[in-house]
Amino acid sequence: MPQLNAVPMSWYLILSAILFTLGVAGFLFRRNIITVFMSIELMLNAVNLSFVAFSHQLRQVDGQIFTFFVMVVAAAEAAVGLAIILTVFKNRQTLSIDEVSSLKN
Amino acid sequence: MPNQPDLQLWLILFFPLLGALINGTLGRRLPKTVISAIAIGTVALSFLWVVRSLSELGQLDKPHIERYFNSIASGDLKIGFDLSVDRLSSIMLLVVTGVGTLIHVYAVGYMDHEEGFWRFFSYLNLFMFFMLILVLAQNFLLLFVGWEGVGLCSYLLIGFYFLEKFAGDAAKKAFIVNRVGDFGFSLAMLLMVVQFGSLDMTTVFSTASKLPVETSGGVVTAVALLLVVGACGKSAQVPLYVWLPDAMAGPTPVSALIHAATMVTAGVYVVARSSEVFLKAPVAMEVVAVIGMITAVVAALIGTAQNDIKKVFAYSTVSQLGYMFVGLGVGAFSAGIFHVVTHAFFKALLFLGAGSVIHALHGEQDLSNMGGLRSKIPIMYWTLMTAAVAIAGVWPFAGFHSKDAILLAAHAHAPWMYWVGVVTAGLTAFYVFRAMFLCFFGEYRGKAHPHESPAIMYMPLVVLALLSVGGGYLPVMDWLAPLYPAHEHPHDMSLILISVGFAMAGIFAAYYIYVLNPGSADGYAKSLGGVYRAIAGKFYVDEAYDAAIVHPIEQGSRAVLLDGVEDVVVQGGVGATVGVTRWTGGMLRLLQSGNIRSYAVYALLGAVIFLGVMASSGGAR
Repeated sequence: MPQLNAVPMSWYLILSAILFTLGVAGFLFRRNIITVFMSIELMLNAVNLSFVAFSHQLRQVDGQIFTFFVMVVAAAEAAVGLAIILTVFKNRQTLSIDEVSSLKN
Repeated sequence: MPNQPDLQLWLILFFPLLGALINGTLGRRLPKTVISAIAIGTVALSFLWVVRSLSELGQLDKPHIERYFNSIASGDLKIGFDLSVDRLSSIMLLVVTGVGTLIHVYAVGYMDHEEGFWRFFSYLNLFMFFMLILVLAQNFLLLFVGWEGVGLCSYLLIGFYFLEKFAGDAAKKAFIVNRVGDFGFSLAMLLMVVQFGSLDMTTVFSTASKLPVETSGGVVTAVALLLVVGACGKSAQVPLYVWLPDAMAGPTPVSALIHAATMVTAGVYVVARSSEVFLKAPVAMEVVAVIGMITAVVAALIGTAQNDIKKVFAYSTVSQLGYMFVGLGVGAFSAGIFHVVTHAFFKALLFLGAGSVIHALHGEQDLSNMGGLRSKIPIMYWTLMTAAVAIAGVWPFAGFHSKDAILLAAHAHAPWMYWVGVVTAGLTAFYVFRAMFLCFFGEYRGKAHPHESPAIMYMPLVVLALLSVGGGYLPVMDWLAPLYPAHEHPHDMSLILISVGFAMAGIFAAYYIYVLNPGSADGYAKSLGGVYRAIAGKFYVDEAYDAAIVHPIEQGSRAVLLDGVEDVVVQGGVGATVGVTRWTGGMLRLLQSGNIRSYAVYALLGAVIFLGVMASSGGAR
């Protein structure tokens, strides 16, 4: 099995941190629900990346199995989430996250 | 015990309990005829079972005891559910179930239009159950169960019209005043356990009878005096009699059954039952006699100035109970019990008659709104007159025989008691006939249209009237004689004539004042001035209790419990808790802005803090 030591561990982690930060920033600052949704996916995948990197580094398969779980959850979330977004749009004709805060009061 | 027939005495108790349970649980949905049939039927069955048991038992030279099961076993102390019949309790059984049955029949007519018909008969049957436990009990604890049970039923029935404030107040008063007496009774039981090691009557009495007579004082005297305290509460003696006149707030059949014929004689019964103890404690006997004397006089005096027909008879009950205590105190136990029996007949009759009058006048109880009813309700007139003559003690009616037995025994003990008793007998005749004359003679002063009662109400009256006439010839005293040491029964004709003379004088005085010279009573009252006001004010005993006990307790409760505990501890503590919770909630509410991005920031901050703490403490290990 060829070693992949050409790319050091820290690079993966830095990339993962950058992706996660982008996701957080998008989640916090964008108003469009779909963008917010994509930001969440981005964060999940950033985490997946570090899982896989650690799994490779530590020669343990746990991290990769966990990644599959995260992907399954993410897929399920995407299905449900998109359905919710569609319904919200049908009812409210808006995709702005600030205008669907009807649970408050 | 060998060769004793098993009589299933428990059935006597079981029938009324069954009636109470059926009427109490299903009564709301049953028609009135079924309720009445159950109520009367169960008590009548109980009466028949008493009669059957007594006819099986015959002479009852020894008490018949049936032991069912142990209810308490603690070390050497064993207390069982044991019932017994002896010569004394056989009389009480007959009176309680016999008069009880008659009053149940009457009550069906009397309560016909009342709300809570089923509730009333359920309580009344329950009362019979507890009263029969009291009478049949073979040990003091079981007796106490009945004793408390009748107190409870008395409370429930005095407060039967609980929507009226005075009824609720009267019920509470009866209950609380009785607590004082019950306290004495329970102390007496504890002392018996310590001293005799048992509460079984046979054991206690046989132990007590072997002890020497305590001339000055001692443990037996203490037991006897504590029993007297209990008896004073239940049998309405000075100074605990104040609850009985107020107890008239209950329906009239209750006054007749509980507060005249049966429950209030429980104290007399207990003292007579414990005669072995009392005979060893002459001091306690003297106390009983003096208390009875004072009660008889005080209540008779108050009775002369009452205007409520039921109140007159209530004070008369207190006064007659005083007579019974005199009889017990001077050692004439059988005479005291004899008076219990005759009194049950004529006092139940007086109350039922008064109830019929009230019923006929649609709830009018004030004597000043009656008068001239003789021709309007003749059956009531004749039956009530029988009772009045009987209580006044005119030969040959029932009251004459028992009262004179007591008075003669009192004369043999101490002549002054006889004279006070005779004067009181005159007073008794006076106030009872005052009520009779105000009710039945002269002009009718009321507005309601009187009507004769239905047969279901006057038939029991007729039976009781016959008993009031002939009850004096029942051989009660001879039947009881073997239980009690031979007592002098001097048949001094002159003493008897004097007492009858006083009674006739009382009747004539009432006739002179209220029939021949109607309206003259106010003049006499005025000329008596302060004395009359004191009597009409019931000697201000209620006011004295108010000032000495009720008011301080009320003020103390207000100062300590209301201003202290309630305002500071309860209101303060609860208020502070509420305030803190509300403030915290208000603060936490600010976090819930409803803005999804602020939540995300909180989550992020949390994650950052978490990671920061982990990093500063050296990472995860």
